[in-house]
Amino acid sequence: MLEAVSIAQNVANEVHVPTISVEPIRGAEILMRALVDNGVDTVFGLPGGAVLHIYDEMWRYREAVTHYLVRHEQGAVHAAEGYARATGKVGVALVTSGPGATNAVTGIADAYMDSIPLVVITGQVPTAVIGTDAFQEVDTFGITLPIVKHSYLVRNVEDLENAVNEAFYLASTGKPGPVVIDIPKDVTAQLCEYRESRTDFLSAQVDAPACDREMLGVALERILTAKKPVFYVGGGVVTSGASDALGKVVEALGVPVTPTLMGLGGFPTAHAQCLGMLGMHGTYTANMAVAESDLLVAIGVRFDDRVTGKLAEFAPNAEVVHIDIDASNIGKIRKPQYPVVADARVALEIMSEMLTSKGATNHRERLGDWWGEIREWQKAVPLSCEYSEFEIKPQQVIETLHEVTNGDAIIVSDVGQHQMWAAQFYPFKRNRQWINSGGLGTMGFGLPAAMGAQIAVPDRQVVAIVGDGGFQMTNQEIITAIQYKVPLKVLIMNNGYLGMVRQWQEMFYERAYSEVDLSISPDFVKLAEAYGAQGLRARTPGELKAVLQEGLDFDGVTIWDIVVSKEENVFPIVPVGGASRNMILK
Amino acid sequence: MRHTISIIVANQPGELSRIVGLFSARGFNIETITVGKTLEPEWSKATVVTLGDDRTVEQIIKQCSRLARVREVKAVTSLPHIEREMALIDVSVRSGDERQEVMSLVEIFRAKVVDISHDRMILELSGTMDKVDTFIEMLRPMTVNEVTRSGCVAINRLSRLMSDEVAVAAGA
Ligand SMILES: Cc1ncc(C[n+]2csc(CCOP(=O)(O)OP(=O)(O)O)c2C)c(N)n1
Repeated sequence: MLEAVSIAQNVANEVHVPTISVEPIRGAEILMRALVDNGVDTVFGLPGGAVLHIYDEMWRYREAVTHYLVRHEQGAVHAAEGYARATGKVGVALVTSGPGATNAVTGIADAYMDSIPLVVITGQVPTAVIGTDAFQEVDTFGITLPIVKHSYLVRNVEDLENAVNEAFYLASTGKPGPVVIDIPKDVTAQLCEYRESRTDFLSAQVDAPACDREMLGVALERILTAKKPVFYVGGGVVTSGASDALGKVVEALGVPVTPTLMGLGGFPTAHAQCLGMLGMHGTYTANMAVAESDLLVAIGVRFDDRVTGKLAEFAPNAEVVHIDIDASNIGKIRKPQYPVVADARVALEIMSEMLTSKGATNHRERLGDWWGEIREWQKAVPLSCEYSEFEIKPQQVIETLHEVTNGDAIIVSDVGQHQMWAAQFYPFKRNRQWINSGGLGTMGFGLPAAMGAQIAVPDRQVVAIVGDGGFQMTNQEIITAIQYKVPLKVLIMNNGYLGMVRQWQEMFYERAYSEVDLSISPDFVKLAEAYGAQGLRARTPGELKAVLQEGLDFDGVTIWDIVVSKEENVFPIVPVGGASRNMILK
Repeated sequence: MRHTISIIVANQPGELSRIVGLFSARGFNIETITVGKTLEPEWSKATVVTLGDDRTVEQIIKQCSRLARVREVKAVTSLPHIEREMALIDVSVRSGDERQEVMSLVEIFRAKVVDISHDRMILELSGTMDKVDTFIEMLRPMTVNEVTRSGCVAINRLSRLMSDEVAVAAGA
């Protein structure tokens, strides 16, 4: 919604020089011009037959648009996601038809699950042969149908400009998501005028939902009388940029806050009111507080099963305020007493105004007993780990990384145990400092996404944290980082296992370690060197800090092989389908 | 519970599959689906009959509303409404008696005979889905060769007060 406003304003401020002679140009150039007009300067992709015309134009537009040649299309989409997740801007990927498109599917699904704004352009066979099982033909529109916010099969060059404009609008407004534009090869060769029509379609769009102030007011009154309120905040807070407003509201209210895996960074982990992460691997305190609460204020969340555990025992005594931009999220899993369809930032800003006009009250005092209970839980079961003299503990890696990066790095995680340790042990200070594949849980996401993030925000330190398993799914993109001189930093938490699966087998399958052994792996240091990157290894606690520092100091791509204890488990853990108050602590 | 939902969607290739795909992806069952143009040719109306509790229907409506090319989603059955389905039924009539029997059912159900040969008839009936069900049931003792049903269309009533009976008397 906010993006919608800003797009509209940009358009209004732009001075459109009327083009005097409108020469018809080919579809491929229309695409490039429309990309540039939508603010695109970065594209991740890999060419092929169906997109040859587009790549021909890409070459002519190389001053305006930097194209990063990935080595696998999954890498292109994850890199575009990293770019989008680090900035909130729309990420762009370009792939060819058939296998190019199918390779992109995982990334599209990943973006769909986490509501990430992407425009993915796929080549298609010429319109005349669509439906004939032509060479490298797949029904991209059909395959991606359930994992896109919207999609286009552009059959006429006249429709191309509008499709691109709309795609950017749809990807970035309301609840963001991926939009696919499938373009048959002949369409990119056909001639048409470029109309500079970025605003034409806007009138046809419905406005984002207006926040129901009345309901919000009622909800606020309820919050003010709650004895055990908890704010449960998620990705919607990050997406809408609601951190400041959230901070103001919860500080005024003196209430405890727990972010989900997707909400980390939306509220500072180290804040006195932050209980730490909620859910399967959340803190004891966060899960207990929610279990005991009488009012759950859910903002930009979707009551994911990894958060709720057994639904009937999730905040069983609580009434629910649910604020979300997506009406279909509200009541999908849990029916709220106070539903508010609104952008998180808009709702929190209104709440903040309402609170200011009410005047100050000492809520902290009012909630004294509640905080007393919470402090007891925090004392009883803090997040902790025992260090060892001989082996590096994975939690220690995260804590040391936090230290050597001054807590300032953007952390991009892959999927597995290391992801949970990073979420637990790196306190995040700001929005978009934590990037991970939450909804789809895609191994292989971390490395290319970190590359995309580092490209998007060159002034920030970005570090990818990956497992020895996930690393091997997309490590081909190291060479992309080398080629474009992106100082990618990749920390492999090498435990010699598909660790998260091993943990489940240990805990729930009587230690039958079925197909999780990764002790036969390449020498990651040599592999790094083969790519022309710096390869560093640490095996003992004593060398850890210096090795991390050495990599950070190096001006180039670094791959750290950090050999950690093999059978460390992530705690606490709520077994699947269990009640969150029954988490296993050790 | 059976619900009838009407969806106004852009008349463009692929948009209907988006709706149907959404139903299957979210595990919503489709009993019948019909599509036709609205007064504005660039918009179609799909009428979907689905089974589910109120919560399922609420989800269906919200999910469909999210689609970029869907303009309006309405639970027709939540207000007084008229629903009709049409059926074409090919039935064998091997004797004068059977023909008599069929003709009397045609009369009772206000159906029509739309084609006839020396031993078969094609009947046309329109009415509520229940009425169509019952008619086919009544024909079963004869040999029913083939049934083609249109799926349900529905529209909300003009007056929310008008009862079904009044409407029928008014010739609706
Ligand atoms: C593409 C994909 N395949 C399989 C899985 C299932 N899975 C989840 S975590 C995990 C293990 C990850 O192992 P590793 O990358 O070594 O990280 P660790 O858990 O050891 O930190 C697997 C196989 C997945 N999430 N994604």
